[in-house]
Amino acid sequence: MNSTLSRRGFLAAAAATALAMPSIARAQGAARLLVVGGGFGGASAARFARIAYPWLDVTLVEPQSRFVTCPYGNLVLAGERGMADINHSFDGLRARGVTVVHDWVEGIDPVAKSVRLRGGATLGYDRMILSPGIALRWGAIEGYDEAASQLLPHAWVPADGGQTALLRRQLEAMEDGGVVGISIPGNPFRCPPGPYERISMIAQYLKRHKPKSKILALDAKDAFSKQPLFQDGWKQLYGDMIEWVPLSKDGKVVRVDAATRTLETEFGAKHQVAVANIIPPQSAARIAISAGLADNSGWVPVNPRSFESRAAPGIHVVGDANNGAPMPKSGFVANNTAKQAVAAAAALLRGEPVPEAVYFNTCYSHVGDEYGISIVGVFRPTDTGITEVPNSGGVSPRGNLPDQRRAEAAYADAWYASITADAWG
Amino acid sequence: MQRAALGLALALALPTAAAAQAPLAAQGCLGCHGASGAGSAAIPGLTGRPAAELSAAMRAFAANERPGTIMGRIARGYTEAEIAALAAHFAALPAGGSR
Repeated sequence: MNSTLSRRGFLAAAAATALAMPSIARAQGAARLLVVGGGFGGASAARFARIAYPWLDVTLVEPQSRFVTCPYGNLVLAGERGMADINHSFDGLRARGVTVVHDWVEGIDPVAKSVRLRGGATLGYDRMILSPGIALRWGAIEGYDEAASQLLPHAWVPADGGQTALLRRQLEAMEDGGVVGISIPGNPFRCPPGPYERISMIAQYLKRHKPKSKILALDAKDAFSKQPLFQDGWKQLYGDMIEWVPLSKDGKVVRVDAATRTLETEFGAKHQVAVANIIPPQSAARIAISAGLADNSGWVPVNPRSFESRAAPGIHVVGDANNGAPMPKSGFVANNTAKQAVAAAAALLRGEPVPEAVYFNTCYSHVGDEYGISIVGVFRPTDTGITEVPNSGGVSPRGNLPDQRRAEAAYADAWYASITADAWG
Repeated sequence: MQRAALGLALALALPTAAAAQAPLAAQGCLGCHGASGAGSAAIPGLTGRPAAELSAAMRAFAANERPGTIMGRIARGYTEAEIAALAAHFAALPAGGSR
Protein backbone atom coordinates (compact mmCIF):
# COMPACT_ATOMS: atom_id res chain seq x y z
CA MET A 1 0.00 0.00 0.00
CA ASN A 2 2.28 2.73 -1.18
CA SER A 3 0.01 5.41 -2.53
CA THR A 4 -2.92 7.47 -1.37
CA LEU A 5 -4.83 6.28 -4.40
CA SER A 6 -4.59 2.58 -3.55
CA ARG A 7 -5.46 3.38 0.05
CA ARG A 8 -8.58 5.17 -1.10
CA GLY A 9 -9.33 2.20 -3.32
CA PHE A 10 -9.09 -0.07 -0.33
CA LEU A 11 -11.51 2.06 1.64
CA ALA A 12 -14.00 2.10 -1.22
CA ALA A 13 -13.68 -1.65 -1.53
CA ALA A 14 -14.11 -2.05 2.21
CA ALA A 15 -17.33 -0.07 2.03
CA ALA A 16 -18.55 -2.12 -0.93
CA THR A 17 -17.66 -5.32 0.88
CA ALA A 18 -19.52 -4.23 3.98
CA LEU A 19 -22.64 -3.47 1.97
CA ALA A 20 -22.57 -6.74 0.10
CA MET A 21 -21.75 -8.93 3.07
CA PRO A 22 -24.07 -8.35 5.99
CA SER A 23 -22.30 -11.04 8.02
CA ILE A 24 -19.32 -8.74 8.51
CA ALA A 25 -21.14 -5.45 8.31
CA ARG A 26 -21.69 -4.62 11.97
CA ALA A 27 -24.10 -1.81 12.70
CA GLN A 28 -21.22 0.27 14.02
CA GLY A 29 -18.85 -0.45 11.13
CA ALA A 30 -16.13 -2.85 10.11
CA ALA A 31 -15.26 -6.10 11.85
CA ARG A 32 -12.83 -5.42 14.67
CA LEU A 33 -9.57 -7.34 14.84
CA LEU A 34 -7.83 -6.66 18.13
CA VAL A 35 -4.14 -7.56 18.22
CA VAL A 36 -2.60 -7.86 21.66
CA GLY A 37 1.20 -7.68 21.67
CA GLY A 38 3.43 -5.77 19.26
CA GLY A 39 6.27 -8.24 18.79
CA PHE A 40 7.02 -10.43 15.79
CA GLY A 41 3.62 -12.16 16.06
CA GLY A 42 1.41 -9.18 16.82
CA ALA A 43 3.05 -6.61 14.56
CA SER A 44 3.13 -9.08 11.64
CA ALA A 45 -0.54 -9.86 12.22
CA ALA A 46 -1.58 -6.21 12.27
CA ARG A 47 0.43 -5.37 9.16
CA PHE A 48 -0.77 -8.40 7.22
CA ALA A 49 -4.38 -7.77 8.21
CA ARG A 50 -4.29 -4.23 6.82
CA ILE A 51 -2.66 -5.37 3.57
CA ALA A 52 -4.63 -8.54 2.90
CA TYR A 53 -7.99 -7.77 4.54
CA PRO A 54 -8.44 -4.00 4.35
CA TRP A 55 -12.08 -4.36 5.46
CA LEU A 56 -10.81 -5.19 8.96
CA ASP A 57 -10.63 -2.50 11.62
CA VAL A 58 -7.30 -3.27 13.29
CA THR A 59 -6.22 -2.12 16.76
CA LEU A 60 -2.88 -3.12 18.29
CA VAL A 61 -2.21 -2.92 22.02
CA GLU A 62 1.45 -2.94 23.08
CA PRO A 63 2.96 -1.42 26.23
CA GLN A 64 6.29 -0.36 24.72
CA SER A 65 6.41 2.72 22.51
CA ARG A 66 9.21 1.06 20.51
CA PHE A 67 9.70 -2.68 20.25
CA VAL A 68 13.13 -4.06 21.13
CA THR A 69 13.78 -7.43 19.50
CA CYS A 70 15.39 -10.49 21.08
CA PRO A 71 16.98 -11.40 17.73
CA TYR A 72 20.21 -9.47 17.23
CA GLY A 73 20.32 -8.65 20.95
CA ASN A 74 23.27 -11.04 21.15
CA LEU A 75 25.11 -8.85 18.63
CA VAL A 76 24.50 -5.89 20.90
CA LEU A 77 26.14 -7.87 23.71
CA ALA A 78 29.12 -8.45 21.40
CA GLY A 79 29.33 -4.74 20.59
CA GLU A 80 28.58 -5.48 16.92
CA ARG A 81 25.27 -3.59 17.00
CA GLY A 82 23.82 -0.79 19.09
CA MET A 83 20.47 -0.69 20.85
CA ALA A 84 19.21 1.66 18.12
CA ASP A 85 19.69 -1.16 15.59
CA ILE A 86 17.30 -3.55 17.36
CA ASN A 87 14.29 -1.41 18.16
CA HIS A 88 11.37 -0.60 15.95
CA SER A 89 8.78 2.15 15.87
CA PHE A 90 5.08 1.55 15.37
CA ASP A 91 4.77 4.47 12.96
CA GLY A 92 4.84 2.10 9.97
CA LEU A 93 1.80 0.26 11.29
CA ARG A 94 0.02 3.54 12.06
CA ALA A 95 0.64 4.65 8.47
CA ARG A 96 -1.05 1.45 7.32
CA GLY A 97 -4.16 2.31 9.28
CA VAL A 98 -3.55 0.32 12.45
CA THR A 99 -4.77 2.02 15.61
CA VAL A 100 -1.86 1.60 18.02
CA VAL A 101 -2.59 1.83 21.75
CA HIS A 102 0.33 1.83 24.18
CA ASP A 103 -1.07 0.16 27.26
CA TRP A 104 -1.18 -3.19 29.08
CA VAL A 105 -4.06 -5.60 28.70
CA GLU A 106 -5.00 -6.44 32.29
CA GLY A 107 -7.90 -8.80 31.65
CA ILE A 108 -9.70 -10.62 28.86
CA ASP A 109 -13.41 -11.41 28.83
CA PRO A 110 -13.79 -13.97 26.03
CA VAL A 111 -17.58 -14.14 26.48
CA ALA A 112 -18.21 -10.40 26.24
CA LYS A 113 -15.34 -10.24 23.71
CA SER A 114 -13.58 -7.35 25.37
CA VAL A 115 -10.31 -6.54 27.10
CA ARG A 116 -9.62 -4.25 30.01
CA LEU A 117 -6.61 -1.96 29.79
CA ARG A 118 -4.46 -0.81 32.70
CA GLY A 119 -5.28 2.75 31.73
CA GLY A 120 -8.95 2.00 32.47
CA ALA A 121 -10.40 1.69 28.96
CA THR A 122 -12.28 -1.33 27.65
CA LEU A 123 -11.84 -2.47 24.05
CA GLY A 124 -14.27 -4.75 22.28
CA TYR A 125 -13.39 -7.11 19.45
CA ASP A 126 -14.89 -9.53 16.99
CA ARG A 127 -11.71 -11.63 16.75
CA MET A 128 -8.49 -11.31 18.73
CA ILE A 129 -4.91 -12.14 17.78
CA LEU A 130 -3.13 -12.64 21.09
CA SER A 131 0.66 -12.61 20.81
CA PRO A 132 1.75 -11.81 24.35
CA GLY A 133 5.14 -13.52 24.42
CA ILE A 134 6.54 -15.23 27.47
CA ALA A 135 6.71 -14.82 31.23
CA LEU A 136 9.85 -15.66 33.15
CA ARG A 137 9.05 -18.10 35.94
CA TRP A 138 10.45 -16.14 38.88
CA GLY A 139 11.45 -18.49 41.68
CA ALA A 140 11.73 -21.57 39.47
CA ILE A 141 15.43 -21.12 40.15
CA GLU A 142 15.59 -20.45 43.88
CA GLY A 143 16.69 -16.89 44.56
CA TYR A 144 16.05 -15.70 41.02
CA ASP A 145 13.29 -13.12 41.10
CA GLU A 146 12.75 -9.76 39.47
CA ALA A 147 15.04 -8.00 41.98
CA ALA A 148 17.81 -10.55 41.38
CA SER A 149 17.54 -9.91 37.64
CA GLN A 150 18.82 -6.38 38.26
CA LEU A 151 22.11 -7.95 39.41
CA LEU A 152 22.09 -11.11 37.28
CA PRO A 153 20.32 -10.08 34.06
CA HIS A 154 18.25 -12.49 32.02
CA ALA A 155 18.23 -10.31 28.90
CA TRP A 156 15.60 -12.68 27.52
CA VAL A 157 12.54 -10.41 27.58
CA PRO A 158 13.84 -7.15 26.17
CA ALA A 159 10.89 -4.90 27.17
CA ASP A 160 12.47 -1.42 27.00
CA GLY A 161 15.91 -2.90 26.29
CA GLY A 162 17.14 -2.34 29.85
CA GLN A 163 18.12 -5.97 30.46
CA THR A 164 20.19 -6.26 27.27
CA ALA A 165 21.90 -2.94 28.02
CA LEU A 166 22.61 -4.05 31.61
CA LEU A 167 24.27 -7.30 30.55
CA ARG A 168 26.32 -5.40 27.97
CA ARG A 169 27.51 -2.92 30.63
CA GLN A 170 28.47 -5.77 32.97
CA LEU A 171 30.51 -7.44 30.23
CA GLU A 172 32.23 -4.15 29.46
CA ALA A 173 33.00 -3.56 33.15
CA MET A 174 34.35 -7.07 33.77
CA GLU A 175 38.11 -7.42 34.17
CA ASP A 176 40.08 -9.60 31.79
CA GLY A 177 40.28 -13.11 33.22
CA GLY A 178 36.76 -13.11 34.63
CA VAL A 179 34.29 -15.95 34.22
CA VAL A 180 30.93 -15.26 32.56
CA GLY A 181 28.34 -17.75 33.84
CA ILE A 182 25.28 -18.51 31.72
CA SER A 183 22.37 -20.58 33.01
CA ILE A 184 20.26 -22.18 30.27
CA PRO A 185 16.82 -23.74 30.80
CA GLY A 186 15.33 -27.04 29.68
CA ASN A 187 12.87 -27.25 26.77
CA PRO A 188 10.64 -25.64 25.74
CA PHE A 189 11.78 -22.03 25.86
CA ARG A 190 11.97 -18.94 23.65
CA CYS A 191 14.52 -19.18 20.82
CA PRO A 192 16.16 -22.63 21.16
CA PRO A 193 19.49 -21.62 19.53
CA GLY A 194 19.53 -18.22 21.27
CA PRO A 195 21.59 -19.12 24.35
CA TYR A 196 24.26 -20.71 22.18
CA GLU A 197 24.44 -17.75 19.82
CA ARG A 198 24.76 -15.64 22.97
CA ILE A 199 27.67 -17.79 24.19
CA SER A 200 29.27 -17.32 20.76
CA MET A 201 28.81 -13.55 20.66
CA ILE A 202 30.07 -13.04 24.22
CA ALA A 203 33.08 -15.20 23.30
CA GLN A 204 33.72 -13.02 20.27
CA TYR A 205 33.72 -9.92 22.46
CA LEU A 206 35.94 -11.51 25.10
CA LYS A 207 38.41 -12.87 22.57
CA ARG A 208 38.97 -9.37 21.22
CA HIS A 209 38.93 -7.39 24.43
CA LYS A 210 39.44 -9.76 27.40
CA PRO A 211 41.13 -12.86 26.00
CA LYS A 212 42.01 -14.44 29.36
CA SER A 213 38.32 -14.66 30.28
CA LYS A 214 36.18 -17.80 30.26
CA ILE A 215 32.53 -18.68 29.67
CA LEU A 216 30.89 -21.29 31.89
CA ALA A 217 27.59 -22.41 30.33
CA LEU A 218 25.46 -24.43 32.75
CA ASP A 219 22.67 -26.20 30.89
CA ALA A 220 19.53 -27.95 32.19
CA LYS A 221 19.53 -30.30 29.18
CA ASP A 222 21.90 -32.69 27.45
CA ALA A 223 21.43 -31.59 23.85
CA PHE A 224 20.64 -28.34 22.07
CA SER A 225 19.76 -26.83 18.72
CA LYS A 226 22.53 -26.93 16.06
CA GLN A 227 24.81 -28.41 18.76
CA PRO A 228 27.54 -29.98 16.55
CA LEU A 229 27.72 -26.81 14.43
CA PHE A 230 28.02 -24.55 17.46
CA GLN A 231 30.61 -26.76 19.11
CA ASP A 232 32.67 -27.01 15.90
CA GLY A 233 32.63 -23.22 15.65
CA TRP A 234 33.49 -22.68 19.32
CA LYS A 235 36.53 -24.94 19.08
CA GLN A 236 37.68 -23.38 15.83
CA LEU A 237 37.16 -19.74 16.81
CA TYR A 238 37.53 -19.64 20.58
CA GLY A 239 39.69 -22.64 21.54
CA ASP A 240 39.05 -23.60 25.17
CA MET A 241 37.36 -20.34 26.21
CA ILE A 242 33.90 -21.97 26.43
CA GLU A 243 33.01 -24.75 28.86
CA TRP A 244 29.52 -26.16 28.28
CA VAL A 245 28.21 -28.33 31.13
CA PRO A 246 25.18 -30.49 30.26
CA LEU A 247 22.48 -31.71 32.64
CA SER A 248 24.13 -35.11 33.02
CA LYS A 249 27.36 -33.44 34.18
CA ASP A 250 25.52 -31.41 36.83
CA GLY A 251 24.75 -28.48 34.56
CA LYS A 252 21.30 -27.60 35.91
CA VAL A 253 21.28 -24.44 38.02
CA VAL A 254 18.73 -24.74 40.84
CA ARG A 255 19.72 -21.82 43.10
CA VAL A 256 21.44 -18.47 42.77
CA ASP A 257 22.81 -15.99 45.26
CA ALA A 258 22.54 -12.68 43.49
CA ALA A 259 24.67 -10.72 45.95
CA THR A 260 27.74 -12.95 45.48
CA ARG A 261 26.91 -13.96 41.85
CA THR A 262 26.98 -17.64 42.84
CA LEU A 263 25.23 -20.26 40.73
CA GLU A 264 24.47 -23.56 42.47
CA THR A 265 23.69 -26.71 40.52
CA GLU A 266 21.51 -29.72 41.29
CA PHE A 267 24.23 -31.71 43.04
CA GLY A 268 25.55 -28.80 45.06
CA ALA A 269 28.43 -27.41 42.99
CA LYS A 270 28.78 -23.66 43.58
CA HIS A 271 30.18 -21.48 40.81
CA GLN A 272 31.03 -17.90 41.70
CA VAL A 273 31.31 -15.88 38.52
CA ALA A 274 32.16 -12.30 37.52
CA VAL A 275 29.07 -11.83 35.35
CA ALA A 276 26.00 -14.05 35.45
CA ASN A 277 23.33 -14.28 32.77
CA ILE A 278 20.40 -16.32 34.03
CA ILE A 279 17.96 -17.46 31.35
CA PRO A 280 15.22 -18.90 33.56
CA PRO A 281 12.45 -21.40 32.81
CA GLN A 282 9.49 -19.78 31.02
CA SER A 283 5.77 -20.00 30.38
CA ALA A 284 3.24 -18.18 28.26
CA ALA A 285 2.88 -14.54 29.29
CA ARG A 286 0.81 -13.84 32.38
CA ILE A 287 -2.20 -12.48 30.49
CA ALA A 288 -2.59 -15.82 28.68
CA ILE A 289 -2.47 -17.69 31.98
CA SER A 290 -4.77 -15.34 33.90
CA ALA A 291 -7.31 -15.55 31.06
CA GLY A 292 -7.34 -19.33 31.49
CA LEU A 293 -5.91 -20.08 28.06
CA ALA A 294 -2.82 -22.08 29.12
CA ASP A 295 -2.86 -25.72 30.15
CA ASN A 296 -0.76 -27.36 32.89
CA SER A 297 2.35 -27.07 30.72
CA GLY A 298 2.16 -23.30 31.04
CA TRP A 299 1.67 -22.86 27.28
CA VAL A 300 -1.51 -22.30 25.26
CA PRO A 301 -2.99 -25.19 23.28
CA VAL A 302 -4.31 -24.02 19.91
CA ASN A 303 -6.01 -25.36 16.81
CA PRO A 304 -3.11 -26.11 14.44
CA ARG A 305 -4.86 -24.53 11.42
CA SER A 306 -6.42 -21.41 12.90
CA PHE A 307 -4.32 -20.93 16.08
CA GLU A 308 -7.63 -20.39 17.84
CA SER A 309 -7.38 -21.12 21.54
CA ARG A 310 -8.81 -24.50 22.57
CA ALA A 311 -10.22 -22.80 25.67
CA ALA A 312 -11.57 -19.54 24.26
CA PRO A 313 -13.12 -19.36 20.79
CA GLY A 314 -12.47 -16.08 19.00
CA ILE A 315 -8.95 -15.70 20.43
CA HIS A 316 -6.11 -16.77 18.11
CA VAL A 317 -2.89 -17.23 20.06
CA VAL A 318 0.37 -16.91 18.13
CA GLY A 319 4.05 -16.51 18.89
CA ASP A 320 6.04 -17.94 21.76
CA ALA A 321 2.99 -18.25 24.06
CA ASN A 322 1.35 -21.11 22.20
CA ASN A 323 2.20 -24.78 22.17
CA GLY A 324 3.28 -25.02 18.55
CA ALA A 325 5.72 -27.91 18.87
CA PRO A 326 7.53 -29.20 16.91
CA MET A 327 7.82 -25.64 15.58
CA PRO A 328 10.34 -23.65 17.64
CA LYS A 329 9.44 -20.53 19.61
CA SER A 330 11.07 -18.17 17.13
CA GLY A 331 10.41 -14.75 15.66
CA PHE A 332 10.12 -16.32 12.22
CA VAL A 333 7.45 -18.79 13.33
CA ALA A 334 5.59 -15.96 15.10
CA ASN A 335 5.67 -13.86 11.91
CA ASN A 336 4.65 -16.74 9.67
CA THR A 337 1.90 -18.28 11.79
CA ALA A 338 0.47 -14.85 12.64
CA LYS A 339 -0.46 -14.47 8.97
CA GLN A 340 -2.23 -17.83 8.95
CA ALA A 341 -4.05 -16.84 12.15
CA VAL A 342 -5.19 -13.56 10.54
CA ALA A 343 -6.29 -15.41 7.39
CA ALA A 344 -8.21 -17.86 9.58
CA ALA A 345 -9.80 -15.06 11.62
CA ALA A 346 -10.83 -13.24 8.43
CA ALA A 347 -12.30 -16.43 6.96
CA LEU A 348 -14.25 -17.22 10.12
CA LEU A 349 -15.61 -13.67 10.26
CA ARG A 350 -16.95 -14.20 6.74
CA GLY A 351 -18.29 -17.68 7.51
CA GLU A 352 -15.74 -19.29 5.20
CA PRO A 353 -13.48 -22.30 5.82
CA VAL A 354 -10.02 -21.75 7.28
CA PRO A 355 -7.49 -21.76 4.40
CA GLU A 356 -4.90 -24.49 3.86
CA ALA A 357 -1.71 -23.88 5.77
CA VAL A 358 2.01 -24.45 5.47
CA TYR A 359 4.36 -23.03 8.08
CA PHE A 360 7.96 -22.07 7.68
CA ASN A 361 10.88 -21.28 9.96
CA THR A 362 14.45 -20.18 9.52
CA CYS A 363 16.74 -19.46 12.47
CA TYR A 364 20.16 -18.09 11.68
CA SER A 365 22.78 -17.87 14.40
CA HIS A 366 26.01 -15.92 14.41
CA VAL A 367 28.88 -18.02 15.75
CA GLY A 368 31.61 -15.48 14.96
CA ASP A 369 32.60 -12.77 12.57
CA GLU A 370 31.38 -13.78 9.07
CA TYR A 371 30.44 -17.16 10.52
CA GLY A 372 26.73 -17.99 10.39
CA ILE A 373 24.76 -21.24 10.69
CA SER A 374 21.08 -22.04 10.28
CA ILE A 375 18.24 -24.41 10.94
CA VAL A 376 15.15 -24.40 8.75
CA GLY A 377 11.85 -26.25 8.89
CA VAL A 378 8.67 -26.60 6.85
CA PHE A 379 5.63 -27.68 8.85
CA ARG A 380 2.03 -28.65 8.19
CA PRO A 381 -1.02 -28.92 10.40
CA THR A 382 -2.72 -32.28 10.89
CA ASP A 383 -5.97 -33.13 12.63
CA THR A 384 -4.13 -33.59 15.90
CA GLY A 385 -1.21 -31.18 15.79
CA ILE A 386 1.65 -29.99 13.64
CA THR A 387 4.26 -32.11 11.85
CA GLU A 388 7.49 -31.29 10.09
CA VAL A 389 7.53 -32.23 6.40
CA PRO A 390 9.69 -35.37 6.08
CA ASN A 391 12.99 -35.11 4.18
CA SER A 392 13.00 -31.34 4.35
CA GLY A 393 14.49 -28.74 6.64
CA GLY A 394 17.45 -29.31 8.92
CA VAL A 395 20.72 -27.61 9.72
CA SER A 396 23.73 -26.30 7.78
CA PRO A 397 26.27 -28.94 6.75
CA ARG A 398 29.26 -29.58 9.03
CA GLY A 399 32.85 -29.31 7.91
CA ASN A 400 35.34 -26.66 6.92
CA LEU A 401 33.02 -24.57 4.74
CA PRO A 402 34.07 -20.92 5.05
CA ASP A 403 32.04 -19.79 2.01
CA GLN A 404 28.87 -21.32 3.44
CA ARG A 405 29.50 -19.75 6.87
CA ARG A 406 30.23 -16.34 5.32
CA ALA A 407 27.11 -16.50 3.16
CA GLU A 408 24.91 -17.50 6.07
CA ALA A 409 26.22 -14.64 8.22
CA ALA A 410 25.31 -12.21 5.43
CA TYR A 411 21.93 -13.89 4.97
CA ALA A 412 21.29 -13.56 8.69
CA ASP A 413 21.73 -9.79 8.44
CA ALA A 414 19.44 -9.69 5.40
CA TRP A 415 16.89 -11.86 7.22
CA TYR A 416 16.76 -9.40 10.13
CA ALA A 417 16.17 -6.46 7.79
CA SER A 418 13.54 -8.39 5.85
CA ILE A 419 11.50 -9.83 8.70
CA THR A 420 11.48 -6.65 10.76
CA ALA A 421 10.17 -4.80 7.68
CA ASP A 422 7.52 -7.50 7.30
CA ALA A 423 6.46 -6.91 10.90
CA TRP A 424 6.86 -3.19 11.63
CA GLY A 425 7.45 -1.69 8.18
CA MET B 1 -21.79 -17.44 -5.69
CA GLN B 2 -22.50 -13.84 -4.85
CA ARG B 3 -19.37 -13.82 -2.68
CA ALA B 4 -17.23 -15.26 -5.47
CA ALA B 5 -18.53 -12.62 -7.85
CA LEU B 6 -17.73 -9.92 -5.34
CA GLY B 7 -14.24 -11.32 -4.84
CA LEU B 8 -13.70 -11.17 -8.58
CA ALA B 9 -14.99 -7.62 -8.70
CA LEU B 10 -12.65 -6.70 -5.89
CA ALA B 11 -9.71 -8.26 -7.67
CA LEU B 12 -10.54 -6.43 -10.88
CA ALA B 13 -11.04 -3.13 -9.14
CA LEU B 14 -7.82 -3.40 -7.18
CA PRO B 15 -5.11 -4.93 -9.29
CA THR B 16 -2.33 -3.49 -7.13
CA ALA B 17 -3.83 -4.73 -3.91
CA ALA B 18 -4.65 -8.15 -5.27
CA ALA B 19 -1.14 -8.55 -6.65
CA ALA B 20 0.46 -7.33 -3.45
CA GLN B 21 -1.11 -10.06 -1.37
CA ALA B 22 1.04 -13.14 -1.65
CA PRO B 23 -0.66 -16.52 -1.33
CA LEU B 24 -0.17 -17.94 2.17
CA ALA B 25 2.44 -20.44 0.99
CA ALA B 26 4.54 -17.56 -0.32
CA GLN B 27 4.43 -15.68 2.99
CA GLY B 28 7.31 -17.80 4.26
CA CYS B 29 9.57 -16.43 1.49
CA LEU B 30 9.07 -12.86 2.71
CA GLY B 31 10.86 -13.42 6.01
CA CYS B 32 14.17 -13.42 4.13
CA HIS B 33 13.56 -12.28 0.54
CA GLY B 34 12.30 -8.82 1.51
CA ALA B 35 8.84 -7.89 2.79
CA SER B 36 7.68 -7.46 -0.82
CA GLY B 37 9.78 -10.33 -2.20
CA ALA B 38 12.11 -7.88 -3.97
CA GLY B 39 15.20 -9.04 -2.07
CA SER B 40 17.06 -7.88 1.00
CA ALA B 41 20.79 -7.07 0.90
CA ALA B 42 22.64 -10.36 0.20
CA ILE B 43 19.39 -12.29 -0.37
CA PRO B 44 18.20 -12.09 -4.00
CA GLY B 45 14.81 -10.80 -5.07
CA LEU B 46 12.08 -13.06 -6.42
CA THR B 47 9.76 -10.48 -7.95
CA GLY B 48 9.56 -9.98 -11.69
CA ARG B 49 11.36 -13.21 -12.51
CA PRO B 50 9.61 -15.63 -14.90
CA ALA B 51 7.46 -18.19 -13.09
CA ALA B 52 9.14 -21.01 -15.02
CA GLU B 53 12.56 -19.84 -13.82
CA LEU B 54 11.45 -19.69 -10.18
CA SER B 55 9.76 -23.11 -10.33
CA ALA B 56 12.78 -24.64 -12.03
CA ALA B 57 15.09 -23.16 -9.40
CA MET B 58 12.99 -24.60 -6.57
CA ARG B 59 12.97 -28.03 -8.24
CA ALA B 60 16.73 -27.91 -8.82
CA PHE B 61 17.37 -26.88 -5.21
CA ALA B 62 15.14 -29.71 -3.97
CA ALA B 63 17.00 -32.25 -6.11
CA ASN B 64 20.43 -30.95 -5.00
CA GLU B 65 21.13 -30.11 -8.64
CA ARG B 66 21.69 -26.45 -7.87
CA PRO B 67 24.17 -25.47 -5.17
CA GLY B 68 22.74 -23.43 -2.33
CA THR B 69 23.32 -22.66 1.32
CA ILE B 70 19.82 -23.26 2.67
CA MET B 71 17.40 -23.39 -0.28
CA GLY B 72 17.72 -27.15 -0.81
CA ARG B 73 16.53 -27.82 2.72
CA ILE B 74 13.63 -25.41 2.17
CA ALA B 75 12.53 -26.42 -1.33
CA ARG B 76 12.05 -30.06 -0.33
CA GLY B 77 9.27 -29.02 2.06
CA TYR B 78 6.91 -27.56 -0.55
CA THR B 79 4.46 -29.21 -2.93
CA GLU B 80 4.45 -28.69 -6.70
CA ALA B 81 1.19 -26.77 -6.38
CA GLU B 82 2.63 -24.44 -3.75
CA ILE B 83 5.76 -23.84 -5.81
CA ALA B 84 3.63 -23.05 -8.87
CA ALA B 85 1.47 -20.63 -6.86
CA LEU B 86 4.34 -18.73 -5.31
CA ALA B 87 6.26 -18.64 -8.61
CA ALA B 88 3.22 -17.19 -10.37
CA HIS B 89 2.75 -14.68 -7.58
CA PHE B 90 6.31 -13.33 -7.58
CA ALA B 91 6.50 -13.39 -11.38
CA ALA B 92 3.49 -11.07 -11.53
CA LEU B 93 5.09 -8.42 -9.30
CA PRO B 94 7.40 -5.68 -10.59
CA ALA B 95 11.06 -6.51 -10.03
CA GLY B 96 11.66 -3.41 -7.91
CA GLY B 97 8.93 -4.44 -5.52
CA SER B 98 6.22 -2.30 -4.06
CA ARG B 99 3.99 -2.30 -1.11
